[in-house]
Amino acid sequence: MTSSSLSSSFTVTVNGEPQLLDLDNRTTLLDALREHLDLTGAKKGCDHGQCGACTVLLDGRRVNSCLVLAVATQGHSITTIEGLGTAERLHPIQQAFIDHDGLQCGYCTPGQICSAVGALDEADRGWPSAATADVGAEKITLDDSEIRERMSGNLCRCGAYVNILAAINAVSP
Amino acid sequence: MTSRMVGQPVNRVEDPRLLVGAGRFLDDLGQDAAELAVLRSPHAHARITDIDVTAALEVQGLLAIYTYEDLSGPLADPLPLLIPHPAICAGRTQYALARDEVNYVGEAIAVVVAENRYLAEDAVERIVVSYRPLPPVVGVQAARAAEHLVHEDAPGNVAAHFVQEVGDAAAAIAAAPFRLELELAIERSASTPLEGRGVLAQWDSDSQRLRMWTSTQTSTGVRAAVAAKLGLDLGRVEVITPDVGGGFGVKIVHPWPEEVLVPMAARALGRPVKFTEDRREHFISAAHERGQLQHIEVGFDATGRILGLSVRFWHDNGAYLPYGLIVPIITSTQLLGPYKPGAYRVEFDSLYTNTVIVTPYRGAGRPQGVYAMERTLDAIAGELGLDRSVVRATNFIQPSEMPYDHGLIFQDGRPLVYDSGDFPASLAKLKALVGWDDWPAYQAAARAQGRQVGLGLACYVEGTGVGPYEGGHVQIETSGRIKVATGLTSQGQGHQTAFAQIVADELGVSMDDIEVVTGDTRRFPYAVGTFASRAAVTSGSAIALAARMVRRKILKVAADALEADPEDLEIVEGMVRVKGAPGVAMALGTVAVLSNPLRYAFDEASKAATQFVVGDSDLPPVNEDDEPGLEGRDYYSPLRSTFANGMHAVIVETDPETAEIKILRYCVVHDCGTLINPLIVEGQVHGGVAQGVGGALYERLVYDDAGQLQNASFMDFLMPYVSEVPESIEIDHLETPSPLNPLGIKGAGEAGVIPSAAVFASAISDAEGFAITAMPISPSDLFELRRRHAGTDRHNESIAKKEPTR
Repeated sequence: MTSSSLSSSFTVTVNGEPQLLDLDNRTTLLDALREHLDLTGAKKGCDHGQCGACTVLLDGRRVNSCLVLAVATQGHSITTIEGLGTAERLHPIQQAFIDHDGLQCGYCTPGQICSAVGALDEADRGWPSAATADVGAEKITLDDSEIRERMSGNLCRCGAYVNILAAINAVSP
Repeated sequence: MTSRMVGQPVNRVEDPRLLVGAGRFLDDLGQDAAELAVLRSPHAHARITDIDVTAALEVQGLLAIYTYEDLSGPLADPLPLLIPHPAICAGRTQYALARDEVNYVGEAIAVVVAENRYLAEDAVERIVVSYRPLPPVVGVQAARAAEHLVHEDAPGNVAAHFVQEVGDAAAAIAAAPFRLELELAIERSASTPLEGRGVLAQWDSDSQRLRMWTSTQTSTGVRAAVAAKLGLDLGRVEVITPDVGGGFGVKIVHPWPEEVLVPMAARALGRPVKFTEDRREHFISAAHERGQLQHIEVGFDATGRILGLSVRFWHDNGAYLPYGLIVPIITSTQLLGPYKPGAYRVEFDSLYTNTVIVTPYRGAGRPQGVYAMERTLDAIAGELGLDRSVVRATNFIQPSEMPYDHGLIFQDGRPLVYDSGDFPASLAKLKALVGWDDWPAYQAAARAQGRQVGLGLACYVEGTGVGPYEGGHVQIETSGRIKVATGLTSQGQGHQTAFAQIVADELGVSMDDIEVVTGDTRRFPYAVGTFASRAAVTSGSAIALAARMVRRKILKVAADALEADPEDLEIVEGMVRVKGAPGVAMALGTVAVLSNPLRYAFDEASKAATQFVVGDSDLPPVNEDDEPGLEGRDYYSPLRSTFANGMHAVIVETDPETAEIKILRYCVVHDCGTLINPLIVEGQVHGGVAQGVGGALYERLVYDDAGQLQNASFMDFLMPYVSEVPESIEIDHLETPSPLNPLGIKGAGEAGVIPSAAVFASAISDAEGFAITAMPISPSDLFELRRRHAGTDRHNESIAKKEPTR
């Protein structure tokens, strides 16, 4: 990493591709993706980590990209909605959102999808949530209450929640 | 035969693009545009005595600063009062930039354009404004008291005063055997779409044309307003609505200050300029809704039949009145729901306060009206000891009385006449769905276990598909693909899917061959907008009519070519063929080629249409009353609104200690006429219910006495997440087709939210045994109410203030 007092040059892997960035240190990961890498799938709904529309996967874990400084992702791997599937080859979660009508305006959707992918992975690793009965279990099955708890950071003002729940349920093992 | 698409739960064609992050929302466009930031008033009410921009001029990357002094011509006039009404006695709207007074925290005072948003905000921070604070008026009570005025020339803070009356309500109440009075309150909420407002403008100095993109519910409205404000011919302005991240009403307001300032700056600076609203800005400078105080007097007989109903309410319209009286007029008329009181009088004041403007939010005044009416019906049932559903049924308009004329004037200036509906059938469906008749036993059993459960019921009627009109354009290209355009905009309602379903049926083609464009004034310049649950009714009908026009032409051209009678032709899967002789057929693309006589053959297909090949040589190639090409444009202009209806029931459990309110079941019976796509309709109902849960249990906008909004963030303004809505919403449909349009449809967009305050108040009252008269209600509110009611016999306490009955 080279640094001046205000900006830094660093490398981060985004959707499998290494990217060299030279950014003002204050730039958030969300702004870096949207304004410097032309990855506009992650959305800015509040810019304060309260709506989840900017959710991406950082080394496979979900983060609110508006709360992460881009420079702090040096050497890490980011997956955005653009890296999960294409219109021709949808990720199973994306397909489930179509099958269960899990979206309306689509603004929160990239964040919902990334969050759901992260939640399924966390359950598979046995990471408990506040809704987990057996915190020692090796794997956790995502039932309704688990999904509701784990997806409670993603706001959908269109209120497609019933169908988002159904979509994630359909993919959950 | 091609299977019929209307009525099928077809997956949405919009989805794949949105699911992979390929949606194009406003802030995804114009990545190289200069950006605009707004200096907003920190005071609720103040005179501006000076604006000093000196320090801001030093910011690197600054391109321009504008204050009121920089505005000229129509831009220097107040923004329009979009919907005038004779009852408005003091209509006031804000300037694009405050001239000498600010009337709410968040009002725009100056704008900065810079190379990017960060630099623009840096410059905003360096502008020094001097204020002389004035006393703020906050809340309906303060507005009524009028110790201070929002606008010096609006006495009593009254923007409008309106009365409608059918029969002599006062006399009917006075003569009634039973009488009650109720005082009700409902607080402010807001649309808060996840995508805020946003505008991008690009001025082409060579052609002297403006192209703009805006996150709006009306591209044609913005176009007309911007042309007028900037002094441009309409033909020089194009407005395109990209993907819109939710509207819910707030984006029907236009032009916002930024919608005229961004194009003004783009033209002045000769480069694209963009404004993207941030979340706090949306809370303090967009729009709110809902806040009302209501006083109800009702007289009724021993069966619960309402003989006279008199409603007086006070509506908080915020600092200005850009959208006229639409919200309170809807409250005053739609309050009646499926009921027919013997006599009805309604009177309201629309009042100024030093707060954000109040304009329609999904439901648009109906939730307040339904709340008033349904609380009244519960009070009557409680007073008489009757079943709440029986009291409602007693007051229903019967199917045999349709069309039913209330004798009132609705929001569109037309008579309030219900076109259709079967309220007894809807109620029977809801009672079966929720298990109404088993409820007393269930509740008693729960109480025996120490659990407090309550069942609520609320009914509504919603005027949808309001005029004046929408249009549709359908064109068959020579490729055989079908291009459909309508002028109104989309914010997630699945219009591309629903309209394609309609065209597929009308033309006998596959949905895959149809492309629908909405909200682009280049494609369809005549339109009104997407609000009042009107898109399917108005644009859907117009598109169906346009498609029928194209179909007639297809059959005419193909009949000539196939030497058949048009009556003998059918269109199946994109082929025109002779009935009973499917071998004699022609693709729609070929019909399109033949419909346009050509001089020049540019490919093999077009040779067939050259003037040496087609047509009767005794007639002009394009005959009188004919047009080249295979396209149709038509309009649907309803005589008046069509009225959808629905009934909701909710079962809640309230925690005896914490007063937490838990939803056990939520049931909906919904009648929006013919369903185009049940999947989309149910999605709309789900969304409305989710917002309704928010409005009933969580959402309120809290101003302090100084007029500062205390919860202008998603952290502090609580909205439902997946963890707060019911796990399932049980829906049953009744389809009573509307006789007013060619498809028999009624709107569905707002349905889910309309009865929510009413139905939760009803259920919580039922669980607690005392009246809920202020909504929303939080666990803290409920806890406080319990303390206040402690010691009384809660389960026998009436909702209402009683007058001695005779």
